[in-house]
Amino acid sequence: MNAEIERQPEEEIKPPVASVGVIGWIRANLFSSWFNSILTLITLYVLWKTVPPFFRWAVIDSNWFSTAEVCRGSEGACWSIIPANIRFILFGFFPYESQWRPLVAMILLVALLFYSRDRKHWKKSLAYAWVIGLVVMGLLMKGGILGLASVETTQWGGLPLTLMLSVFGLTAAYPLGVILALGRQSKMPAVKTLCIIYIEMIRGVPLITLLFMSSVVFPLFLPEGMTVNVILRAQAAIIMFTAAYIAEVVRGGLQGMSKGQYEAAESMGLNYYQTMRLVILPQALKIVIPPTVSQLISALKDTSLVVIIALYDLLKTTQSVLSDPAWMAFSSEAYIFVALIYFLCCYFMSSYSRRLEKELDTGL
Amino acid sequence: MKLFKTSAVFLALLLIFTASVALAGTLEDVRAKGFIQAGVNGDLFGFGKPDEKGVWRGLDVDTARAIAVAIFNDPNAVKFTPLTAKTRFTALQSGEIDVLTRNCTQTLGRDTALGLDFCQVNYYDGQGFLVPKKLGVKSAKELDGAAVCVLPGTTTELNVADFFRSNGMKMKPVVIENTAELAKAFFAGRCDCLTSDASQLAGTRAVAANPKDYIILPEIISKEPLAPAVRHGDNQWKDIVNYSVLAMINAEELGITSKNVDKMLKSKDPKIKRFLGVTAGNGKALGLDEKFAYNIIKKIGNYGEVFERNVGVNTPLGIERGLNALWTDGGLMYSPPFK
Amino acid sequence: MKGRMQPKQNEAPTRAPTTTVPFYNDPKKRAILFQIATLLMVGLLAFFLISNTLANLEKQSIATGIGFLQKESAFEIGESPIPYSAADTYGRALVVGFLNTLIVSFIGIVITIILGTLIGIARLSSNWLVSRSAAAYIEVLQDIPVLLQLFFWYAFFYNVLPSPRQALNPFMGVFLSNRGLVFAIPEAHPVHKYLVLALAIAGVAIYLMRRWARLRQARTGQPFPVLRVSVALTIGLPLLIWIFGGAPTAMNVPVLKGFNFVGGTNISPEFTALLLGLILYTAAYVAEVVRAGIQSVSKGQTEAAMSLGLRSSLVLNLVVLPQALRVIIPPLTSQMLNLTKNSSLAVAIGYPDFVSVAGTTINQTGQAIEGVALMMIVYLTLSLLTSAFMNWYNKKTALVER
Repeated sequence: MNAEIERQPEEEIKPPVASVGVIGWIRANLFSSWFNSILTLITLYVLWKTVPPFFRWAVIDSNWFSTAEVCRGSEGACWSIIPANIRFILFGFFPYESQWRPLVAMILLVALLFYSRDRKHWKKSLAYAWVIGLVVMGLLMKGGILGLASVETTQWGGLPLTLMLSVFGLTAAYPLGVILALGRQSKMPAVKTLCIIYIEMIRGVPLITLLFMSSVVFPLFLPEGMTVNVILRAQAAIIMFTAAYIAEVVRGGLQGMSKGQYEAAESMGLNYYQTMRLVILPQALKIVIPPTVSQLISALKDTSLVVIIALYDLLKTTQSVLSDPAWMAFSSEAYIFVALIYFLCCYFMSSYSRRLEKELDTGL
Repeated sequence: MKLFKTSAVFLALLLIFTASVALAGTLEDVRAKGFIQAGVNGDLFGFGKPDEKGVWRGLDVDTARAIAVAIFNDPNAVKFTPLTAKTRFTALQSGEIDVLTRNCTQTLGRDTALGLDFCQVNYYDGQGFLVPKKLGVKSAKELDGAAVCVLPGTTTELNVADFFRSNGMKMKPVVIENTAELAKAFFAGRCDCLTSDASQLAGTRAVAANPKDYIILPEIISKEPLAPAVRHGDNQWKDIVNYSVLAMINAEELGITSKNVDKMLKSKDPKIKRFLGVTAGNGKALGLDEKFAYNIIKKIGNYGEVFERNVGVNTPLGIERGLNALWTDGGLMYSPPFK
Repeated sequence: MKGRMQPKQNEAPTRAPTTTVPFYNDPKKRAILFQIATLLMVGLLAFFLISNTLANLEKQSIATGIGFLQKESAFEIGESPIPYSAADTYGRALVVGFLNTLIVSFIGIVITIILGTLIGIARLSSNWLVSRSAAAYIEVLQDIPVLLQLFFWYAFFYNVLPSPRQALNPFMGVFLSNRGLVFAIPEAHPVHKYLVLALAIAGVAIYLMRRWARLRQARTGQPFPVLRVSVALTIGLPLLIWIFGGAPTAMNVPVLKGFNFVGGTNISPEFTALLLGLILYTAAYVAEVVRAGIQSVSKGQTEAAMSLGLRSSLVLNLVVLPQALRVIIPPLTSQMLNLTKNSSLAVAIGYPDFVSVAGTTINQTGQAIEGVALMMIVYLTLSLLTSAFMNWYNKKTALVER
């Protein structure tokens, strides 16, 4: 200890150049051993082989606002397919003149989501803001009042449909999932069995079979002459599907509660309903917020399966554009564009979920 | 928990409001709704496909619009539901749509076992093969061992299997659900030939980078009368669909087009007077407006106009009238008298 | 809300046991009543749906029952592990679809586990470039719907590869074209049967040897070169049989005849695209699972093992992996199930899996209920079997608390 105190500042020896700064960082992180060096070289080679050609195709040689004919003669990417068809890709069959309405609705949704990111804003007023926001969005989409022309749900398509199927799917599935999770934990054998059968059965089959069921079999279940709109049937299938997964997420939260919480609640004389509502659920649901966000991401990605039953969601409108003779050759560009939209939505949510996980972790 | 209750009630209400119950005849239901619901293809250029503004276009689409005009005198009083080959019949059976105008082949099996009734054929088609010219194939009989691109769940899939079996040849089917994806796979050389209804082959060929590189083989291996379908047992509705299609054919026979229809109103010909509703009777018999045929011709056009507009020689499809010409021109289009 | 009426057992002791309680306040009776009500409601709903369905089927004269399984299917299937033609029955067609699903899921699962583990380890690599690349891979592939990826890979396959007549021929007897990968296989020979038998015997021998080696090491502390002997057994035994069988070398080499290659064995682009899409997508999730599993082993464990003087490979094998596996197995199971279920998306790119064949069957016969029920039963069975196996494995590797 003493030796250190006595050391004069001018005697301080700087570390060798090779171990600090850029060179040091490169040595420590890229070439720390022969194996690492080989890995680095291989990775660099692969990147060098793939990135520049891709960049050349996607940026340097690309066309942005040309016609399809110009694109055909060109070597690069034809991004022109996007601006030429953007409105159909995004909004589907929504009446052309009224497409500002879904646009405003989506901006509203994104704004609300952004505002809700911060946990400081989680107050009662935010809940009201969401309710009002959702109603406004619904009115904008549906129309029929305030001079807005009425638009049938069958005409909804593209991104609003994708968002509606996933966001509404999760919102509606949530209460159902909580009930199922509570039912699975219940001491009543009949209720417990029913819930387990439901959850395990839904989780055991692919979503696509449920969608087939909703589109081909469900109409046969209804009394003669009664029909339910195909979008709603798909929505119901997605809700049923998501609910089973939410139930398992919530069950994880319920199992994470210590027994003391139940006992404390009981010793205060609370009945089952009160225990759950006032003590258990508020804590359990808080734990499961991050996995719930992951579930929302899954729901968003899963909605793309409605393509297979011919609902015009984001992916299907894109494919519809691709069946146009003029644009048929540019599927990569169109798919990359759609992939980018999905990626941005999912990335935003997953990084948020990770941040939240950290915040909640320290909070508890 | 309060939140759950509210949302549960909300859900239940939503379901109740959106589930529509229809028990009367289709015409009354349609009148009460104010529009008809038609099932269409959605991916088939020239028959049923939305354009870049989301407006539906095509021969099948115009057929559905003609029915809407016959009832409401409004070509936009129709809601289109895009259907896949799988979902089309269920949608009609369950009452989700009122009429199916989705290039459906009329067959005995479908007419009986599926609870459907087919109406007047609006396009006579037949199944053929599209091959790249450089393959050097001149006849479908030379296709032994070929990889065949085909849409699943269609009569086409059965026909082609039958054709290869009866000729003692082998095939390797490549089945893809989506018309556009299938065409792309074919152009990329994933399969040696693409089989489908001849009209679709023309459409597929038209979208190739260089259409001249592909030929349609001479063999037509099946009969494909494409007709609108309605639910079994509602005769009035079937009549309306039938005579909406026939009105367009009859108009062509009588030389009435959307351009000269107003002039024709003054015609002295009793046939034309009856047809256009100047002499009353036809409309009442069908339960429609007396001028329903006039409205269809005025707003949609006669069959020839509809054909040329959607699939004719001046469109990217470039299909000749062929079997779909009037009987007087050697085709099969023939309308019973409107009296 | 079902839980709301559920009573709490310990409400009872607060009351005097002698007082008669009205039945609606007695928790036990209330629970029974509530359950009866629930069952009644579910039963009524089921009755409502079934009676509607029967009425509808009757009215629309749609055929019912599974009699269609014996009828001639009349459609061809692109690829099949067992002989099949359009003259066979729907039942056989469905079996073909089922086998195709099994094949793609099985191969997919094996490769996914390997690739996912590699990426998961790469994610933890001290090499900045490698770990960043792995992170980018995981993030990008997780955030794009798998269906979109499948479309992309399929389009990629037939757009990039040449037609059969210009097929790439990297090695003798191997051809790569947009019809898939064709390669030579040995001509059928009676010796092949014995080769399989020899492999099986080698497997059993290795299993027994491992047990013996472990017991011996526990008893005497002497290690036995299990790995080297195993490799020698798996290669040597079949080789010996092959030589004794006359060493048949005839190969069934694919030849371009007519439009396509004849002979050899073919891996179709649909299969490859499906496999590739599923593997790349699921591997991203598996990588995360593996990373979390390895990170869950506390650093103290590694340090303790090192301080015992174990080599780093032994540290990984004996200390880190056994503990990490326990954390990894449950989420890995669900990823494997996801892969199996996602293989149903084959229908979108034309691989004849079970859903695709069942879909065609529904179309041809009009028997939607039976078809969809079959799909559900098949996947449910597969899921239950997989999770049963994984549960068994999980129990085996679970922490034995003393």
